[in-house]
Amino acid sequence: MNLLGYSLHQWVFGVLSFITIVFALMVVFSRNPVNSVLYLVLTFFGIAGHYLLLNAQFLAIVHIAVYAGAIMVLFLFVIMLMNLNADDEPQKTMSSKIIAGVLGGLLLFVIVGVLRQTAQILPQTQGAADIGLVKTLGMVLFNEFLFPFEIISILLLAALVGAIMIGKRETTESKL
Amino acid sequence: MINGISINLYLLLSAVLFCIGAIGVMARRNTIILFMCIELMLNAVNLLLVAFSCLHKDATGQVFVFFVMAVAASEVAVGLAILSMIYRKKRSIDTALLQNLKH
Repeated sequence: MNLLGYSLHQWVFGVLSFITIVFALMVVFSRNPVNSVLYLVLTFFGIAGHYLLLNAQFLAIVHIAVYAGAIMVLFLFVIMLMNLNADDEPQKTMSSKIIAGVLGGLLLFVIVGVLRQTAQILPQTQGAADIGLVKTLGMVLFNEFLFPFEIISILLLAALVGAIMIGKRETTESKL
Repeated sequence: MINGISINLYLLLSAVLFCIGAIGVMARRNTIILFMCIELMLNAVNLLLVAFSCLHKDATGQVFVFFVMAVAASEVAVGLAILSMIYRKKRSIDTALLQNLKH
């Protein structure tokens, strides 16, 4: 299937990239934090679409569940608890915003310039095409990466305990 | 080429997303927006890892994305807990007020 000389995959890639970049820009430039969170969720859906396009089906589902489902809900809860309004949010001065934009543009310029100097990237191996499925990923995760997997579980437990300890309302006098 | 899409386009997309996140970190004063921009940068790198994993037909990149996701989740949990603690003490999450280490 061809439209204007581009294949369906290329069209989907273009549309998804456009959606992702536009919503990412709106995360940065929207005044209301709640709107920022919602735009970030849409950005994550765009990235999940990219994962599907790259045959990483399981990662796409995990990405939506973890980011859009868990992390962004956490952000939303904290914003609602703090009751932040767009009006009283302190803004940086215009000059520092412009400087930030220029620095970001220069960073992009440097990255693109460096990448243009590198050699053509070619596929190294010709393995199976279905690496994104749960079966393949599970085999790799529990054979080659069993030890890092266990370490990650300890990290998550530590983060859980740390978040509860920090977030706990202190009944006694604060030691900070 | 992945499905007729050059890997250079994925490199460009990731670079653009990363720079948008970096601009957000530099241009905003709300700490929660800063956290969200850090998530954006992490996701730009994740996207590139998956793209290269698909290009080289190697599942290691996708496993690494799992680990990045787990680290990002713990970072957000602890970070937001610290943030709500700061808000409870200062009634604000403006980065300009968090200068205790400076003095």
